[in-house]
Amino acid sequence: MSGPILQLRDVSLSFQGIKALNALSFEVARGEICALIGPNGAGKSSLLNIINGVYRADSGSVTFNGEQFIRIRPAHAAHLGVGRTFQHNALFRHLSVLDNVLAGLIRHSRTTLLEHAFGVGRDRRETREFKRRADEIIAFLDLTRHRDTVVATLPYGVQKRVDLARALVGRPSLLLLDEPMAGMNQDEKHEMSRLILETNASLGTTIVLIEHDMSVVMGLSHHVVVLDYGRKVGDGSPEEVRKNPDVIAAYLGTAH
Amino acid sequence: MSFFIETLVGGLLAGVMYSLVAIGFVLVFKASGVFNFAQGSMVLCAALTFVTLRDKGIDFWLAALITLAVMVLIAIAVERVVLRPLVNRPQITLFMATLGVSFVIEGLAQIVMGASVHELDLGIVDTPIEIGGVQVSQFDLIAAGTAGILVVALSIFFNKTRVGIALRAIADDPQAALSIGIRLQTLWQIVWGVAGFVSLVAGLLWGARQGVQFALTLVVLKALPVLIIGGFTSITGAIVGGLIVGAGDSLAEIYLGSLLGGSVSTWFSYVLAVAFLLIRPAGLFGEAPIERI
Amino acid sequence: MSTIGTEAIEGFNPSHETVQSTRDRLRAGSVVVLLAALAGIPLVANDYWLNAVLIPFLIMSLTALGLNLLMGYAGQASLGSGGFMSVGAYATYNLLLRLPELPLPVSLLLGGIISGLVGVIAGLPSLRIKGFYLVASTLATQFLLEWLFNQYGWFSNYSTSSSISAPRLAFLGHDLSSPTGRYLLTLTTVVVVTAVAARLARSQTGRAWMAIRDMDTAASVIGVPVSAGKLKAFFVSSLVIGIAGALWAFAYLGTVDARSFNLDRSFQVMFAIIIGGMGSISGNFLGAAFMIFVPILLDHFGGGVFGGAVDPGQLENFQKALFGALIVWFLIKEPRGLAALLSRAWTRLASRINR
Repeated sequence: MSGPILQLRDVSLSFQGIKALNALSFEVARGEICALIGPNGAGKSSLLNIINGVYRADSGSVTFNGEQFIRIRPAHAAHLGVGRTFQHNALFRHLSVLDNVLAGLIRHSRTTLLEHAFGVGRDRRETREFKRRADEIIAFLDLTRHRDTVVATLPYGVQKRVDLARALVGRPSLLLLDEPMAGMNQDEKHEMSRLILETNASLGTTIVLIEHDMSVVMGLSHHVVVLDYGRKVGDGSPEEVRKNPDVIAAYLGTAH
Repeated sequence: MSFFIETLVGGLLAGVMYSLVAIGFVLVFKASGVFNFAQGSMVLCAALTFVTLRDKGIDFWLAALITLAVMVLIAIAVERVVLRPLVNRPQITLFMATLGVSFVIEGLAQIVMGASVHELDLGIVDTPIEIGGVQVSQFDLIAAGTAGILVVALSIFFNKTRVGIALRAIADDPQAALSIGIRLQTLWQIVWGVAGFVSLVAGLLWGARQGVQFALTLVVLKALPVLIIGGFTSITGAIVGGLIVGAGDSLAEIYLGSLLGGSVSTWFSYVLAVAFLLIRPAGLFGEAPIERI
Repeated sequence: MSTIGTEAIEGFNPSHETVQSTRDRLRAGSVVVLLAALAGIPLVANDYWLNAVLIPFLIMSLTALGLNLLMGYAGQASLGSGGFMSVGAYATYNLLLRLPELPLPVSLLLGGIISGLVGVIAGLPSLRIKGFYLVASTLATQFLLEWLFNQYGWFSNYSTSSSISAPRLAFLGHDLSSPTGRYLLTLTTVVVVTAVAARLARSQTGRAWMAIRDMDTAASVIGVPVSAGKLKAFFVSSLVIGIAGALWAFAYLGTVDARSFNLDRSFQVMFAIIIGGMGSISGNFLGAAFMIFVPILLDHFGGGVFGGAVDPGQLENFQKALFGALIVWFLIKEPRGLAALLSRAWTRLASRINR
């Protein structure tokens, strides 16, 4: 398929009269890493929430893989191949790393309640197959030694990687990462950047991410979109954005 | 037609009494995000304490004062012993904890003061009077009037005083409430204390109406649909919800009950509440929370 | 950083895995011993023990299991357990009465399935609401069902009293109406249903339930079918509770009585899983044991402690206050209930053995 994987046209959203997003339009090309930047409250998370259907836009449209949506449900978005990680910890905290990752495969399941209850039919084979795929991703993200640990007891940086594994295991074509490096130290950020680049390169996943650390964004992304108070103030390659006077005024110029 | 109006008016008057219990819930919910299932047992406990004191020959006002002190002490104890250790836990856990509290209060109150049915005479004669061709119970009218006055007083208290403003603030942002200069825990204790006072008034009115007995705790089950219909965070909602449930129950008992064979009031308000929930999950006057992830 | 601390300790403790496997062996062994003991009990126990202690304990465990699947695994709180028990009891009664050619296990299962379907309808509001709003809507179910079975005579075959006597219990020509027969019927049902439910809880269905419980928004975003998962939880839960209700009527009380499935029963079941441990299979048995044995113990020893004759009403009040206080204590101190306490005890024992 050719053309952009994701297209937003005039998307607006408001909460109780306050505009979070104002007639926002941009495109994400297939196979690129696109960073959304902007000060807190610029509407970045809201934007991700619209793309995968957690929020409903007041107006405008989202086109994913050539299909246009006014409203998409989160589960439907997942089925179409939109993966997502979360800014705040949204793991299944009482489950092990393996179970968290396996949950990311449930939408690919073909087995029924009865097969699960009695362990008959395709259930055993599917369970084996899913475990294999989960273990593959767990190894890819260097989580093997935490495989059977309950996630709530893991350090924050590791939890962020589990979140990524859970999103990645279903092999999404578009992956939305909401501040994947928040609260990490320099080493952890470095490691996470490497994993994101490797995901993009070896699996061919298109990635849209939100990040505050400018050095990370500039080193990682092919394409940067700058938001300020729900408006787009910059859109282009990292170099172009860095030179854009509006962007400097709105964001880069302020002490961050 | 006049029969219809009589049923409606009777229902509305009973509804005001439901509102009274529901307001106790709203206050506690606004302050601490707890659906306090123990409100019903607090009503029973208040009525039992008052009646027991009166039976010992203690003066009406003194008995009321002592009961109020007991209720405030219970409220503060619940806040300290149960809610404080559970802060930051899921709402449903807090709900189950208040369920446990209601069993403790009911059990202890009946161990100390007995489980037999007590008469409670507030000195209000209950002869029906006629207003504009409609028969109305005088007791219900006075009870509804009392409840109404209390509702207005509470609204003023929570809209005009520092405590009230802080209370409204913490629903949005606990930090902001602190900047008003009232400690969160002090605020909780004040609110639970007021909830204890509301229980006392509700306990007296309901106790005088049905006798002071275990069944008083069941008013909590009537108040729940009231809250769902009105919204958990709105005093206005509690009043309107109470009126809707009161009127709905008595009209349903007469008109729907005759079709289905009676006793529909045991479930009617709940089915009504579920219908409201499905159409407007935050209630008529509640605010829907924005889900953030 | 306590989390890093425990990790470090685990890393420095090479025997950790052996302790864990010893613990699992100890656990499995104790389950086998317990099952053998339960199967052998009719040889030694008298009828009082079977009728008044073991049968209600086993059925209460099954009811708790049903609610635990819904509340402990799928995170959907319900106070409708009593109602679903009554659906199972009345459905099975009518199947035994109107289709006597069906074998007993089939009638029990069909009764459970009917209860499960009612559960699906009762679970529909869970697609829009959660928390205690959902509790309120399950209360609507509870009250509606109580009223339904009281109001319409067809369900109780127009019996004049509100309680109706159960049909004779028999399977493959064996009469099961003796205490031993009813006990073995109950034990077999409980073991089979528990085994299936335990498997389900570990399967993909169970994983989906726990995902919905822990974080429903994230679950839907990663493609877990949240609505279907909730309705399945309501179905399976009500099915199990329905079978338990039928056993309660036929194997325990010997009568179908709507009053024994009232709101107090729903509270009792919820308390059993809070005390026993939410999200745990063994917790159901521990919680049920607690709810059934403690009142009996209080009854027996209450007289001694309080000096002679004790008003049974007072004992009941005391019990109520005690249970209420325990609920609060468990919620504050050990939200995973007796099961977590027991699991820690096994680990301690295992590490002592390995030393």
